[in-house]
Amino acid sequence: MTRLRRYALRFIGLGYLGVLLAAPVGLVFQRAFQDGFGAAWDAVTTPAAKHALVVTLIIAAIAVPANTIFGIVCAIAIVRHRFPGKNVVNVIVDLPLALSPIVVGLAFLLLFGTEGWLADLPFDVVFALPGMVLATIFVSLPFVVREVVPVLREIGTEQEQAAATLGAGGWQIFRRVTFPAIRWAVAYGVVLTTARALGEFGAISVVSGRLIGKTESLTLHVEERYQSFDYVGAYAASVLLAMLAIATLVAMTVFRPKEETR
Amino acid sequence: MSRRILLPVVLALAAAAVTAISLNGGGAQARTQDSKLTLVAYSTPREAYAKIIPEFQKTAKGKDVSFEQSYGSSGEQARAVRSGLKADIVALSLEPDITTLVKAGLVNPKWKQNKWEGIVTRSVVVFAVRKGNPKKIKDWEDLVRKDVDVVTPNVQTSGGAKWNVMAAYGAMRKKGRTHKQAVAYLRNLYKHVVSQDKSARESLQTFLAGRGDVLLAYENEAFFANSKGQDVPYVIPKATIRIENPVAIVKTSKNKALGGAFLNFLRSAKAQQIYGQNGYRPLVPSVLKQFKYPVRPWLFTIKSLGGWAKVDKQFFDPNTGIVTKIQKETG
Amino acid sequence: MLAQGLATAYLSLIVLLPLAALVWHAAGGGVDDFRAAVTDPQAVSALRLTLVASVAVALINAVMGTIVAWILVRDRFPGQSIVNALVDLPFALPTIVAGLTLLTLYGPTSPVNVDVAFSRTAVLLALLFVTLPFVIRTVQPVLLELDREMEEAAASLGAGSFQIFRRIILPNLFPAILSGVALAFARAIGEFGALVLITGNLPFETEVASVYIFGRIESGDPRSAAAVSVVLLLITFLALLLIGALRRRVTRHDAVA
Repeated sequence: MTRLRRYALRFIGLGYLGVLLAAPVGLVFQRAFQDGFGAAWDAVTTPAAKHALVVTLIIAAIAVPANTIFGIVCAIAIVRHRFPGKNVVNVIVDLPLALSPIVVGLAFLLLFGTEGWLADLPFDVVFALPGMVLATIFVSLPFVVREVVPVLREIGTEQEQAAATLGAGGWQIFRRVTFPAIRWAVAYGVVLTTARALGEFGAISVVSGRLIGKTESLTLHVEERYQSFDYVGAYAASVLLAMLAIATLVAMTVFRPKEETR
Repeated sequence: MSRRILLPVVLALAAAAVTAISLNGGGAQARTQDSKLTLVAYSTPREAYAKIIPEFQKTAKGKDVSFEQSYGSSGEQARAVRSGLKADIVALSLEPDITTLVKAGLVNPKWKQNKWEGIVTRSVVVFAVRKGNPKKIKDWEDLVRKDVDVVTPNVQTSGGAKWNVMAAYGAMRKKGRTHKQAVAYLRNLYKHVVSQDKSARESLQTFLAGRGDVLLAYENEAFFANSKGQDVPYVIPKATIRIENPVAIVKTSKNKALGGAFLNFLRSAKAQQIYGQNGYRPLVPSVLKQFKYPVRPWLFTIKSLGGWAKVDKQFFDPNTGIVTKIQKETG
Repeated sequence: MLAQGLATAYLSLIVLLPLAALVWHAAGGGVDDFRAAVTDPQAVSALRLTLVASVAVALINAVMGTIVAWILVRDRFPGQSIVNALVDLPFALPTIVAGLTLLTLYGPTSPVNVDVAFSRTAVLLALLFVTLPFVIRTVQPVLLELDREMEEAAASLGAGSFQIFRRIILPNLFPAILSGVALAFARAIGEFGALVLITGNLPFETEVASVYIFGRIESGDPRSAAAVSVVLLLITFLALLLIGALRRRVTRHDAVA
């Protein structure tokens, strides 16, 4: 490939990334801190913002472990066991990736809202934390499963079978043989799940009651601040979320399955 | 303990922990509700309530009362309450939104029967214009000039839009036009509408982003935007409608007496003063005097047009409403 | 086995039940209500905009994604590993923040005087942002694994770079590009958060299906919302099936050749 062509491609590719990605994000950082670090800090430590951060973290703290455990169990079931409807399970696990978050929120609203099938539970689901947790679990469901399944397939059952013939019980096999083999895939899946859980907006827009301190997440807080003309507040909260995102990026780079890196 | 049952036990414990955390985080029925009020309101008075609530908590009735607050667009909040959002008090932008709650059995049909007729704050419909008012927009007739584009929210989703439309219609009637002529004016007006956002706040954002020459808005919304550093000059037409924002107790509230006390407080001089400082026209005359709101010579109320119950059906019924039909015509 | 049981129970509760409620409510009013909801002019306009924008974005991604994957694999430049990590940013960043960042730079307060807010360009922009990683990440591993021998052989036989790309590299990349396109399309069709602030959500102009559905929910009309949601789902599935079939055809073709 000629020098010119190489530079042209580089220019186009990097230019695209710069215009679409780097410049906008960079500008938000600049705007957030444009009145000084103090102003940004004040904006992000208002009671409403702090509450929003806590709500977001609580939701993630529940959704991520839940999906991790489920992801591992489900991956094992899909790869290692035969059961009727296995292919359907496969499709269903991928479903959240194809659904609009608004549709997800609506589905939960219809299920748990006043006229839903599960409307009369002893505790509040929609317009309360459980609803937001469920919606977040839904949208971040596939990641651990999808990361673990190919690895499980690849490593095969030999080691596990060997362990079994040596007298190891199911849990021992999992702990000593299976899990160590899949742990990096799990880690990567957890990172993806966390990113998705922290950033959820559409589904919780529908099921949140926007109760300050209870069901207003940090993402909803960003929208609210922007709508209230508090741009510094919106940018500051965005920067906070962006920093969480960047931390996620770093973790993704560290845990990424080796075929994708150089 | 056998390893085989360890996993299910761990999962069960985890599920229990998850439930416990969520319930606790959700603050649901687990706790005593003697001294908590949940206020579900539309978005504009957020800062007003941020000041009013602490003042209420200083009073004897309000001592040790904790508040949960939710703010969003009026229709959205009403919808949420209908769909299950637990509220003690609803403070919405206009009466029809409360009426939807009455129809859903969540608010007592007699909610308006007090000396304030259920209202807590007032405002007027204004024209927000560009800096310097280059198109010299002063009155309703100017809105249908060839070179003028109008921004107003969508009546299907925004209460504020309904106030705007009734202000337009009522102004025409006030000037002596017949019903038919006033409706013709509305039809003409809609030909000039270039944007129909979901909510009043969003239409304000659209206008600020450069769309249109004039925005039909609430005076207090324009005030709010100005107070936040936005530049929203506005003109109050001579004929305009008095906007009345209602507040009501939710029937399913477990703290009705407390809610009633709070509602009374909202009409006290102290609370009304805070509303006034936030751009609303206070209900209480002595407080109103402290603020220099321009008096409009041809101010009218929704009552003079027949009251919301009649108007909502006549103009905004999703199938037969006058405005619904106009919207379909103009696309 | 307990694992299977748990997996199924969890799936049923979390995924299937809400979806079942959705479909049930969509059909609840009977065929007429359903038809009225999905033929509403505003709904049709929103669906059409969504479809057209998603297709456009998928195609743009097919091209740009391949280019970016190319420079990340076949090229060497300073800061390459940072750029590589940055590609995942749209995935990690909350959509509302993504929309806000685009609005800041390309909206009314733009420091470079580029204002595309409240326009269809804004729709494209926001969708391109959120779908950025997909094609890049599906193409990268394939590019990495590509055996350079064929290219070198072709070059030694006198083929120009473009010919080599078209005849040798592209066919190998095509299935991966299609996979990425499928993911990008599915993502674009359902996008909400990134569009909310920058497009103005103007009915018949910049209102996409997800925003329309949200509007219907807000108006207290969840049935119409559910009906249009079902249509959106069907469109997504159809498109994914099509792309999947195309992908299989291309791969099979490849295997035969």
